Amino acid sequence: MIDLDDLDRAILRALAADGGLNAKQVGEAVGLSQPAAWRRIRRLEEAGVIRGRRLVLDRAKLGFGVTVYVGVRLAAKGRLDLEGFERAVTAIPEVQVVQHVLGVFDYRLRVVARDLSDFERILRRRIMTLPGVGAVESNVMLSEEKDQPPLV
Amino acid sequence: MQVLDDIDRRILRVMQEDPGLAVADVAGRARLSTGACARRIDRMERDGVILGRRVEIDRRALGYEVRVFLRVTLDKTTPRAFDDFLAGARALPEVESIQTLLGRVDVRMDVTARDLAHYQEIYRTKILALPHIAEIEALMLVSELKSTDRLPL
Repeated sequence: MIDLDDLDRAILRALAADGGLNAKQVGEAVGLSQPAAWRRIRRLEEAGVIRGRRLVLDRAKLGFGVTVYVGVRLAAKGRLDLEGFERAVTAIPEVQVVQHVLGVFDYRLRVVARDLSDFERILRRRIMTLPGVGAVESNVMLSEEKDQPPLV
Repeated sequence: MQVLDDIDRRILRVMQEDPGLAVADVAGRARLSTGACARRIDRMERDGVILGRRVEIDRRALGYEVRVFLRVTLDKTTPRAFDDFLAGARALPEVESIQTLLGRVDVRMDVTARDLAHYQEIYRTKILALPHIAEIEALMLVSELKSTDRLPL
């Protein structure tokens, strides 16, 4: 883990607020020259603090009207091919997030779909047919807020 | 908003794959001239199809090792249950994201903590103090196998 000083944290806060800022704009926001800001951003990237950048698209405008959180419990623990399940579920393009969790479920998925009948198709044909799937619970997302990284 | 065509989708696929690319490189991969590509990207930004870019920050590198997903059912006999609960949750810095849901669970939220002791403190002093909770269930993150915002365009 690298040591972060106040300037690094200020840079991360600026980038968390707007990931589209370039080194010059980040520098202006935190009071550094462009090359100095660039060097620090590079260092944060190389240390893995900044893991990458994502394009943020309006899902609804692109025809993806529903996002569903799916909790999956595996049927028979112990004898299962966990890797086979994980490989298959991560390969489904509509499944954006796969998390192995401890609790009432074993896995947590986030699925995007065009509408509810499209989601039903993905759930029945792609998810319920995966090896080892037991109980499944779906919750449709109505609204989302605050989705911002950390407490830097 | 103008209807998106196959070329727009091609551009978005390239940009989703590698959001750091310069316009000239996006154009090259989408087999377009730089000018035509730039005009289409501008249009999609104006129309709000492209909302921006997000930086992915590794919480572990910042010393936050624990992530817990809380699934909350609210006491809906109180008319303002949702508003009161959300206002309280929104104010907590350790709550990273909040979603309202349609299903068995009303609200889910991601909580980030340095370690389990820190999590326990947040849970006891801040989360359980939020109003109108009827039931709360926790899932603790063991590992993240996939995490993307990519849409299957």
